[in-house]
Amino acid sequence: MPDGRAVTPRDLFAGFARIGLLGFGGVAAVARHVIVEERRWLDDRDYAAVLGVGQVLPGANTVNAAAMIGDRFCGVRGAIAAILGLMAAPLAVLIAVAALYDQFGDLPDAAAALKGAAAAAAGLVIGTALKMARNLTPGVGAILAGLAAFAAAAVFALPLIWTVALLAPASIAAAAYVGRRA
Amino acid sequence: MSEATLAGLAATFALTSIMAIGGANAVVPDIHRQVVDVYGWMDGATFAQLFAIAQVAPGPNVLIVSLIGWKVAGWAGLAVATLAMIAPSSLIAFAAGRGLSNRANAPWVKAAKAGLAPIAVGLIAASGFVMARAADTSPALGAATLGAAALVYFSRANPLWAIAAAAIAAIGLARAGIAL
Repeated sequence: MPDGRAVTPRDLFAGFARIGLLGFGGVAAVARHVIVEERRWLDDRDYAAVLGVGQVLPGANTVNAAAMIGDRFCGVRGAIAAILGLMAAPLAVLIAVAALYDQFGDLPDAAAALKGAAAAAAGLVIGTALKMARNLTPGVGAILAGLAAFAAAAVFALPLIWTVALLAPASIAAAAYVGRRA
Repeated sequence: MSEATLAGLAATFALTSIMAIGGANAVVPDIHRQVVDVYGWMDGATFAQLFAIAQVAPGPNVLIVSLIGWKVAGWAGLAVATLAMIAPSSLIAFAAGRGLSNRANAPWVKAAKAGLAPIAVGLIAASGFVMARAADTSPALGAATLGAAALVYFSRANPLWAIAAAAIAAIGLARAGIAL
């Protein structure tokens, strides 16, 4: 640690609470800023490794990172403190917003605003997917896997468990085959 | 609210948790399918509004699940849904962090990353598509979706601007008497 002081569960709670509260529209960018630059818990390389492991696991990426980073410094207590910090404060804000909406949602302006926000929120998710697609390693297997996942979820509304159980092993096997030949 | 509802929330989100490749936004269509079509806990319009509230508020996207639990079964529902969605995947991450932290560059981890990434992208794109289908009830709202997608794709601006602009524009249109 830069200040020579050990990281405590309280530090982890506070740091991840900051990530949660500053993370509008997703927490990935602010998470790196707080963990690497502000608190200097990890350097860029270590953080990339934590994220890399998190990407092959299910669940929200930042929550997974909180579990792993919390554990690294303070074991089970650290992991719990980090996850609670990440979730608790935003959850309180969220409930306040939802309660306000329950109270005032019938007002024409509030209803219109939320319709507009919902339309934009859907667009944000589409834009994020397109941006991620740009960063994929191109290949026949990747294109097929992506299209199949999209069609299964958006067109056929298949239960996710079938999609993941069938596609994930096939896509990983294809990637391993390509990787071995490369 | 009944114990059966809480058990349903727990079972639904615990299973979703371990399948959430690509994070919470990747599993929105499946959550929508279960919450609206299978259990009938709410209609599609309500779901789209909860999704929007979760996007507007700060914090990880996985909080949409907490909001659904709250809407369906109050505070108990919030606690059960949040815990069910967070605990299984976090336990896996905890174990993996201890076992894999030095193997981030092992060939099979690389293959898993390369194989899972396009699935995550496909699922997240499907989420956006499904939410757009529910939210875009007029050409103006369709334009808001396209505009927000373009902002994220072509710029590094804070995505909250797109939401704020769309909300203000929608108020203006509604006041001008244009149906949304």
